[in-house]
Amino acid sequence: MAIAIIIILLVIGSVIFHFMSPWYFTELASNWGAIDATVTITFVVCGIVFVATNLFMAYCIIRFRNKSKDQRAKYEPENKKLEGWLIVVTTIGVVAMLAPGLIVWGKFVSPPENAAIVEAIGQQWQWSFRFPGEDGELGKVDAKKINIDNPFGMNDEDPYGQDDILIAGNEVHIPLGQPVKFLLRSKDVLHNFTVPQFRVKMDLVPGMVPWLWLTPTRTGTFEILCEELCGIGHHTMRGKVVVEEEEDFQAWLAQQPTYAQLSAQQPGDAVTGKALYAVCSACHGLEGEGNQALNAPKISGQEDWYIKRQLSYFKHGIRGANPQDTFGQQMAPMAATLADETAINNIAAYIQSLPDKPATQTVSGDARNGKKLYVTCSKCHGKQAKGKWAVNAPRIAGMSDWYMATQLKNFKQGIRGAHPQDVTGRQMESMVLSLNDEKIDDLIAYINTL
Amino acid sequence: MAHVALADKGQELSHPKTWVGMYVWSQDHKVIGIQYIITAIAVGLIALVLSALMRLQLGFPGVFTLIQPNEYYQAVTMHGMIMIIFMLTAFFLGGFGNILIPLMVGARDMAFPYMNMLSYWVYLLSVLVLCASFFVPEGPTGAGWTLYPPQAITEGTAGSDWGIICMTVALGLFVIAFTMGGLNYVTTAFQARTRGMSLMRVPLSVWGIVMATILGLLAFPALLVSVVMMTLDKTLNTSFFIPAISSFGESTGQEGGSPILFQHLFWFFGHPEVYIVALPAFGIVSDLISTHARKNIFGYRMMVWALVAIGGLSFIVWAHHMYVSGMNPYFGFFFATTTLIIAVPTAIKVYNWILTLWEGNIHLTVPMLFAIGFIFTFIHGGITGLFLGNVVVDVPLSDTYFVVGHFHMVMGVSPFLVLFGGIYHWYPKLTGRLLNDTMGKIHFWVTFLGTYAIYLPMHYIGILGVPRRYYAMGTTEFLPDSVATVNASITIAALIVGTVQLLFIVNIVWSLFKGKQAGSNPWRATTLEWQTPDTPPKHGNWGPELPIVYRWAYSYSVPGAKEDYIPQNEVPSENSKHEEST
Repeated sequence: MAIAIIIILLVIGSVIFHFMSPWYFTELASNWGAIDATVTITFVVCGIVFVATNLFMAYCIIRFRNKSKDQRAKYEPENKKLEGWLIVVTTIGVVAMLAPGLIVWGKFVSPPENAAIVEAIGQQWQWSFRFPGEDGELGKVDAKKINIDNPFGMNDEDPYGQDDILIAGNEVHIPLGQPVKFLLRSKDVLHNFTVPQFRVKMDLVPGMVPWLWLTPTRTGTFEILCEELCGIGHHTMRGKVVVEEEEDFQAWLAQQPTYAQLSAQQPGDAVTGKALYAVCSACHGLEGEGNQALNAPKISGQEDWYIKRQLSYFKHGIRGANPQDTFGQQMAPMAATLADETAINNIAAYIQSLPDKPATQTVSGDARNGKKLYVTCSKCHGKQAKGKWAVNAPRIAGMSDWYMATQLKNFKQGIRGAHPQDVTGRQMESMVLSLNDEKIDDLIAYINTL
Repeated sequence: MAHVALADKGQELSHPKTWVGMYVWSQDHKVIGIQYIITAIAVGLIALVLSALMRLQLGFPGVFTLIQPNEYYQAVTMHGMIMIIFMLTAFFLGGFGNILIPLMVGARDMAFPYMNMLSYWVYLLSVLVLCASFFVPEGPTGAGWTLYPPQAITEGTAGSDWGIICMTVALGLFVIAFTMGGLNYVTTAFQARTRGMSLMRVPLSVWGIVMATILGLLAFPALLVSVVMMTLDKTLNTSFFIPAISSFGESTGQEGGSPILFQHLFWFFGHPEVYIVALPAFGIVSDLISTHARKNIFGYRMMVWALVAIGGLSFIVWAHHMYVSGMNPYFGFFFATTTLIIAVPTAIKVYNWILTLWEGNIHLTVPMLFAIGFIFTFIHGGITGLFLGNVVVDVPLSDTYFVVGHFHMVMGVSPFLVLFGGIYHWYPKLTGRLLNDTMGKIHFWVTFLGTYAIYLPMHYIGILGVPRRYYAMGTTEFLPDSVATVNASITIAALIVGTVQLLFIVNIVWSLFKGKQAGSNPWRATTLEWQTPDTPPKHGNWGPELPIVYRWAYSYSVPGAKEDYIPQNEVPSENSKHEEST
């Protein structure tokens, strides 16, 4: 008896939960309202089945539960007529869900002719984007051509590629009301391009180019999530789609570099950089060896792309703006004195030329435990902790260990990496959740052995 | 055609003379079944602990600091693979299949007892290899139970060197073990039935298990070849599944392979696998409901044909797992249609279970509670399957918590409820004692209500857009704070449900010594396993003479009969000629 009552309560509870629950689709931002409609139809049909079958079952239990010793069930092996009717009714219900579904899918498989082309590129664990440029054609790419100077794997010999607009960041803009066909390319493993507000999603598959299309219907910034497990940093693989008015979009696009412009960029000049470095040397030391007393970490031996990015972050208030980040706040005004990107490039080039001596080790902990913890870190920072440019992961072996301990704590507490534009810092933030002070010491003790 | 019972032809069964021969290197199908069950429960407990670790991370991110991201993905992978393959498949087919098939069809043992024994030991080996992966450098693979390449074998995934090899080897061994067992189950059911046991008199438990075994024999080879090919991609740098890629900025040297090919092979196995777990549950629950409602199963023939139809259709729906995989989107039309067609025979089964209750004489015993609980959870999991099977509805829901909620309801909670119900039902036959009723009821209520509290909200946060397989959500603007609250409450429910499973194990051990004496047929059931001369049945099951079957398995409450059940092997009396002709 209790089971029948509980089933009735569960049915009523589920229906109430469905209507009262604060969790349902996010507000739609694309043309795919038809998808929401098919979901609603499915909810109605399935909801009726759910309520009807369960309530009937509960009724059977209440009415035909054993009440006395003499009670006998009815002997009825089959009832062809009833079974026939149930098949017919079920089939009608199925058709009522399938038919509209297939009609909407028919729209999904036929993108409009005038759809603009944008390529979304996934790699472990970042997004980048490419527009075809003035000629309207994307140039050829090849995974084997990917290297630190050509992260998109562009084919130099393809004339169509020269005017391609390359967006190395994780944020892409698209114009409101314009159908867009996203071509999806992966450099390494499976990924998935999902923007919940757009409803449609599709995997990125290396070796082929899947696609999806949509027409954005409201302006705003929407988060891109990877929804196909792609390794240890899967949950940190986020991007942004900004939907804006046509003129804003054109203004944004005009600022983005083409492949030809990027290839023509000059490398930094260490000689000019040396003069600029004089300011830095006051804290970081003449040879960039660092000075714990002044809270200045070792910077010699660090990858130049990392130094450039951090200087740029400090300069633009992306890092060092949080009032709890005392030393970051000291660094920010120093970086602000650098005039432009050329100055940053030059200084980074000079730091690269400094001799690299291992930093003094100050942190002690259980390195054996640290080794286990380091499995996650090793995926980006490398088994030898030398860093990997492809994942924006700096070198950590042989650098100032006290500094790393501070930074890990800052990441965990959201002091560093919370700024929305600090893409890689934000990734670190959700990788260090399960570290505590003791584990951080163990981890660094292990890194010190590398 | 006259049936020849294999076991009664040729030489006698050789009875073991030592304890080791009886309980360790045993060729007795019942002992092998129990060995399968104990191993499956042990490995299932590991998977249960892993799920608790995951839930603590998801419910309280940053609080418990128990698992790092690599360990989270490893737990996800191992929990899924263990539960689906090494627990549920092994339990239903190796456990129930072994125990029930020979007893229910009136055979003395499996057709090939030695191979049956070998099947268990290779299964145990596969479990040991799998568990060994917890101790290799970097630990087990963290590729997700679907093991999609390239990610499964490239550096960015935990356990992409040792762990994945342990996994592919364990799976390969499991397929070998399953094939040896499976050939046995099918051969026994088709060739070793006793006199009078025509196919249309076989209990639905056997039909379900045999259909599932046939699916397994046809589907597991696809898994075997895909893991072999992936192992070659990993060890010899072949390119079955790996195109030209740049892993962390460096080319792997492979080119021309197709990651989608792996997915097709995997799901050609993986979808039937869902039914490999579901069909035995369908069969067993039919017998539980019929027995405890004291009523014949409604529409027996339709139930058998529905099992066959579901089994057949399950081979042409696999790509509904791949709607957003990047395969040609036109496939969506075909696979959505075939998938929704499966709903019809499946719905018939649900209707017939409920119609069996109609005008029944329902005894709300513990096995019956689990059976009724199953109908509820299976309806819930089944209809959410209609969302995910209908291609365009799947698109926004795919890879979200809606999927996690769906498959846990339909192939986690539902088969587990049947599995528990089956244990409460058949335990007295195997031990001579009943399981404790009070502990059984607590186990049922906490499991049934607790799992619903876990999985119902998951569907809704999935619709909202929370992706599955995320170690942490971090700051995600479109998610309200209430998502964190519901995640915490799901974790608490999960911990309670997990804990109460220990009570079940306590019950099993306690009742072995202290349980009420059951007698040979405590549920007054019709099927042959309850008519054995000894309880527990001895080696060879039937004493000197095999039983002879005179009627189908569902002669409950037959009008005019003295008792409300007539065993399948009871010799018909003169005045019961009007009885069923089936």
